Amino acid sequence: MFTCDRGVRFAIAALMFAGVTTMAGQAQRPASRSRPVVPQGPGLGVPAAEALVAAWDVSIPPDGTGLPPGSGNPAQGAQIFNTKCIACHGPEGAGSVNDRLVGGQGTLTSAAPVRTIGSFWPYATTLFDYVRRAMPYPQPHSLSDPEVYALVAYLLNLNGVIAKDAVMDAKTLPRVEMPNRAGFERAYPPRR
Amino acid sequence: MPGLQVVAGGGLLHRRLFLKESAGAAALALLRATPASAAQSQEVPGYMKAPGQGMRPYGERSPHESAVQRLVVPVTGTTGSGSSRTPLEHLEGIITPSSLHFERHHSGVPDIAPADHRLLIHGLVERPLTFDLAALSRYPLVSRVHFVECSGNSTALYAAEPLQATAGSLHGMVSCSEWTGVPLGTLLAEAGVQPAGRWLLAEGADAASMSRSIPVEKALDDALVAIYQNGERLRPENGYPMRLLLPGWEGNTNVKWLRRLKVTAEPVMTKDETSKYTDLMPDGKARQFTFPMGVKSVITSPSGGGQMLGPGLYQISGLAWSGAGRIRRVDVSADGGKTWAPAALSEPVHSKALTRFRMAWRWDGGPVVLASRAADDTGAVQPTRRALIAERGTPFRYHYHAIQSWSVAGNGEVRNVYV
Repeated sequence: MFTCDRGVRFAIAALMFAGVTTMAGQAQRPASRSRPVVPQGPGLGVPAAEALVAAWDVSIPPDGTGLPPGSGNPAQGAQIFNTKCIACHGPEGAGSVNDRLVGGQGTLTSAAPVRTIGSFWPYATTLFDYVRRAMPYPQPHSLSDPEVYALVAYLLNLNGVIAKDAVMDAKTLPRVEMPNRAGFERAYPPRR
Repeated sequence: MPGLQVVAGGGLLHRRLFLKESAGAAALALLRATPASAAQSQEVPGYMKAPGQGMRPYGERSPHESAVQRLVVPVTGTTGSGSSRTPLEHLEGIITPSSLHFERHHSGVPDIAPADHRLLIHGLVERPLTFDLAALSRYPLVSRVHFVECSGNSTALYAAEPLQATAGSLHGMVSCSEWTGVPLGTLLAEAGVQPAGRWLLAEGADAASMSRSIPVEKALDDALVAIYQNGERLRPENGYPMRLLLPGWEGNTNVKWLRRLKVTAEPVMTKDETSKYTDLMPDGKARQFTFPMGVKSVITSPSGGGQMLGPGLYQISGLAWSGAGRIRRVDVSADGGKTWAPAALSEPVHSKALTRFRMAWRWDGGPVVLASRAADDTGAVQPTRRALIAERGTPFRYHYHAIQSWSVAGNGEVRNVYV
């Protein structure tokens, strides 16, 4: 830890020149709630080609729009997990140096809640979206779409959410009912 | 005695003491410590006997200040994830030097050449468009002073026992810059948001493709696509070449290395708005999209981990901020919250920005507990830790903004305490 080597003590003479403060509690301008005027731009946006939009648009919402072709099952996912994920997330997703992915159901009201895919995540589509964009941590964007489906299937099966022989694809994944689907309340927009 | 008015317990003195106009010379004389006789050499120093070093194209701070560093706290098993924290106890004023701005990355800092980078706006728009840095630099720019705070800042204070650390180690995932950028509303108007478009998926060009869903309402209110920080281009670790800046909203929504904005009808429900950055309440429900950062303050001098230099006159100095607007008032206590007195706020006070407060204090050398309590111009007041935890419980994890107390012991040691 640091010590206060800079010192918290002040020379009186220096303080005599600190004349730029005003008193707290003095009337300030009220917070402006009026909508700021949006300045007109010079119109330099370049029309985006459809192919570019299609290539970049990787986000997958809860209704599954945009899920790619392909499929995978838990057994296929287990093989990938044991090669590429186990070092950080532990055997069967039990957690290691990084997040535990399995278990924890029934702990959310306890003093030590365990937030995992099975106990906390409200949407199965989020798992596909996140694994495809960001995992495995050292090599994101290295998995094929069927490999992502397989990993998702494996993790959902480990959490008891889908059966051992269930196949995940663009049709089945959005239909998966996550155990904590009703566990979230939106704080936005705020009650006014 | 004029200018030496005790305004609250523990030796707090009237804020006018430090103002030239009102501090009576006689009063100050009473407070003045007797300095130890100076050991300053009478020789002309070497640096006055020869010309100094020449100009240089890019400046560096004094080598004598090199100990002022961010505290780097990586996530185990990674180098690029985790946080580094602004050493608040070593800084003054309200602007955080860009080199000391806190960091929170989810997969490291990408090395982006502007020529390779585009911002794509698409989805529920009339015209999907891309913008590069050169184009954005030609748009009407605005400059504003705003803080950015990680929603996980101060999370250590949820722990049952107070962690002994400095102000920056505990609360340093907040920083404040002058940000210059293009109002996001200008770019959205050019793309033409369709009536059904209520949310934006904002995505970064880092290895995590960090992504958050943002209400269009905020984008049209005061959001910027920032391209300058404190007068120069963004630092890589702050989103170079362009980042989203959502004044007052939790740090991770201010997506760095901004690459894509997709206008949608509903949130995408990304990992960082479901599994993380949601607030688990004691009843097992999690609050989602808790965007604004609460009204907050912390005394930065003295700071936990510090050591007082003996009884006498001090200036208590600290920072206050609110995601809802301007800081209206900061009260300081030197008796553990029994009595309070208003601190002076350093002008100008910007909306959704760090605000410096200062308070005159005569420490008599006995044990005291210092604390600060901020209020903003919406009337919101910083809560006590007890009230905050009574409402939320301790697994809540994010958005900690309760009153911070530092105890000063008779031996001058400054510690983090719960009151």
